[in-house]
Amino acid sequence: MNCTDFLAKLTDYFDGRIDPDLLAEVKQHLCSCHHCEVVVDTTRKTIDIYRGNEPYDLPDDVATRLRSAIMARCKACECDKPAAPTKASAASKPHH
Amino acid sequence: MAAPTSIADDLLDESGPAIAAAADAPHPDLALVARAKAGDSAAFEQLIKQYERQIFRTALHITQNREDAEDITQDVFFKAFQKLHQFQGNSKFSTWLVRIAVNESLMRLRKRKTARTVSMDQDVETEEGAIPRDFAEWRPNPEQNYSQAELAEILRKTIAGLPPGFRTVFTLRDIENLSTEETAEALGLSVPAVKSRLLRARLQLRERLSRYFRKGNEGSAKQ
Repeated sequence: MNCTDFLAKLTDYFDGRIDPDLLAEVKQHLCSCHHCEVVVDTTRKTIDIYRGNEPYDLPDDVATRLRSAIMARCKACECDKPAAPTKASAASKPHH
Repeated sequence: MAAPTSIADDLLDESGPAIAAAADAPHPDLALVARAKAGDSAAFEQLIKQYERQIFRTALHITQNREDAEDITQDVFFKAFQKLHQFQGNSKFSTWLVRIAVNESLMRLRKRKTARTVSMDQDVETEEGAIPRDFAEWRPNPEQNYSQAELAEILRKTIAGLPPGFRTVFTLRDIENLSTEETAEALGLSVPAVKSRLLRARLQLRERLSRYFRKGNEGSAKQ
């Protein structure tokens, strides 16, 4: 396995979705190639740092404001709809 | 370039590579969705609470604009409410929402950048970052050399430099923890296409972050 072959398997390697035979080859390559070892280590750190430090948060007050606005739109949308006959209202409707 | 259109109804259908919502037990969201379909607004509000942050972050990562992300978050849940009857539970409810969010976000980008086509296919042919060039080792906990605010700025700046197609795949797969299959479903891409873009995105981010986190560079790239 060379570095190009290794890179092609990197995503499956991180996901733990690699055939045992191929995994042995990947590990063997990692033992013999310092560059690929660094790439694995720093790519893993890249993922971990983004997962552990989400740079975009939704503050609670903004979330509450958005949720209120969404629910108001949904309620207004419901009011615009013709009322679906419920069992009770359908039963009370006069028959012609 | 085709003018942006409203979200296509077929995007709300759960076609494509269907992902089983749950292998064994039904996902708890299904009960909330059923109650919401029956007119229980508290159940729908609960669904909003569960996913508003994920939808907001996804929209913000794609558009890189907080105001747009707030508008998109509202639009996504309103559209979901209107089309709730189309959700049959063949995919996770969250994946269905993310799919709407991605579509709305890309439409917003298209509106902003009228001279450029913005799609999941944009810039995917680039070779930049496909082959690692930086082989410097990083410090063991490199993020600890920066304050929270400094680190957030570095991460924002770095991910903002990725093409939207790569940024979106990385966001869904590595930040929002969707599986490769769920990411493919949400983006309307094949699994190999998601894997390819994820690899490029990870390698490009790695190269860019290396400037800050490599050994011997303690604090030198702070400004």
